[in-house]
Amino acid sequence: MLRGLWKLTWLEIKIFMREPLGAFGSILIPVLVFLVVGRIMGSGRSPSSLAESNFMQTGLPVLASVLIAVNAVLSLVTIISIYREGGILKRLRATPLRPQTILSAHVIVKLLLTAATLALLVLAGKRYYPVGVHAPLFSFTIALLISTWSILSIGFLIASIVPTARFAQPIGGFIMYPMLGICGLFAPIALLPPVLRAVAKVTPLTYAVSLMEGIWRGEGWAAHVGDVAALVLVFAVCTALSAKVFRWE
Amino acid sequence: MRPVIQVSGVRKSYGATVAVHEVSFEVNEGEIFGLIGPNGAGKTTTMECIEGLRTPDRGSIAVLGLDPFKDVYKLQDRIGVQLQQAQLQKRIKVWEAVDLWVSLYRKKASDGERLLEQLGLADKRDAWFMNLSGGQKQRLFIALALINDPEVVFLDELTTGLDPQARRAIWDLVRDIRERGKTVFLTTHLMEEAERLCDRVAVIEHGRIIDIDRPENLVNRHCPERTVVLATENPIAEERFRAIAGVETVMRTDSRFTIRGCGDDLVTEVIHCLSENGIRVTDFRTIMPNLEDVFLKLTGHSIRE
Repeated sequence: MLRGLWKLTWLEIKIFMREPLGAFGSILIPVLVFLVVGRIMGSGRSPSSLAESNFMQTGLPVLASVLIAVNAVLSLVTIISIYREGGILKRLRATPLRPQTILSAHVIVKLLLTAATLALLVLAGKRYYPVGVHAPLFSFTIALLISTWSILSIGFLIASIVPTARFAQPIGGFIMYPMLGICGLFAPIALLPPVLRAVAKVTPLTYAVSLMEGIWRGEGWAAHVGDVAALVLVFAVCTALSAKVFRWE
Repeated sequence: MRPVIQVSGVRKSYGATVAVHEVSFEVNEGEIFGLIGPNGAGKTTTMECIEGLRTPDRGSIAVLGLDPFKDVYKLQDRIGVQLQQAQLQKRIKVWEAVDLWVSLYRKKASDGERLLEQLGLADKRDAWFMNLSGGQKQRLFIALALINDPEVVFLDELTTGLDPQARRAIWDLVRDIRERGKTVFLTTHLMEEAERLCDRVAVIEHGRIIDIDRPENLVNRHCPERTVVLATENPIAEERFRAIAGVETVMRTDSRFTIRGCGDDLVTEVIHCLSENGIRVTDFRTIMPNLEDVFLKLTGHSIRE
């Protein structure tokens, strides 16, 4: 089952880094958003008022992290649809490679890139961010990876329904960005209209944000078992659905 | 000869469209077997069912004694596959693709670097897939299909879109595969390719196999007509030609005669007649029917339509 997995994963990383916009788009954009927004919000304010600002303390780092995860999903959707349209998926299948291995390699690539981007974010934050970072970074990395892993399964589901590679990015964005809008980062969920509140309750980004915000603030994992369970459930449901509807060509 | 591929009563439809109606045939060890027919006849669907990439609705298939559906991974280990219109990752390097493929198979009989050498890709080993020419891509896919030293090699439309030179080079490669005792199963819509390469061919149209045999047998069976074209000024020639046994029509334009008839003996009879009557000719050609004509006869239309 694992035959070829590491080789394929390593190869996909190398190929991704050769894409003219691949590395730039998915690694640098969250870092830039983080830095630019931080600078704008932070300019002209005293360090103490910044330290009290909830958004600067938790909101922005979590927003940047969620962007990393969403980018990973959009990039996965695009890659899978290009691979399908070009017959690459089919060519790989006509070998002793298991279908799960081919897809797992892509998930691992995205998780590694997520971790790498987060590391870059932390380094940039330490150097340029107006308030110090005092978050439990190890736990936060785990929280981000769980969140990314979970919503990548939505990526596979989107990749199953996208008709051609040309539509992959727009359709992916059309599904992911509204989730971002109601996930609680921009407005507290309690203040949303009832319909949106109901939608927010079933979208995984809500739980990802809740988990990451909590861990960032230093809360224990015990307080977020529900969030993790919701993310695992999303993964299980989306993976089961993808297994039924995923098209290889 | 032992059959390595056995296909019996296979049917496959996509929604309401039936791609393969009812297909049965056997491929023997060590032969080059061709499935020939126009685009959309069901060639690729049939081949992909045998490779384990598609599940037939009905019928049974055995490849090397294995069920392509149940034993798909065991089978993939022992066969080599070249797919029609396949691509690799745009920015994968040639050696990386070979290296990946080598790692996927249990048995490592072929040396990847040597294969690249043989296929004339050695100086392209660091090139990205997207920068290869059509012929180079096709040769890379053949290299990948041969990397596990497979017992059966599947080649789907392997020379489509290639220039005549590249096509001939690839034909030589396919003959080499057979020389090494492997079985080759290929599809093509090019009758010349089938004629030059295949030991046996199956003619498929609208998802049904119309006939299977050696190319020359198919020609003899379905198109026994022979034609001799010659030029002579001899005034008694036309009358003598008409008297030859087996001749059906004699057409004349100035000094040029077109003699049509049936059977292998026609050409001999014409030569005999020329020497017996001392008829001098300034041109002499025979026109033999080929698979293209067989196809026309069997289906009522040309393969290109």
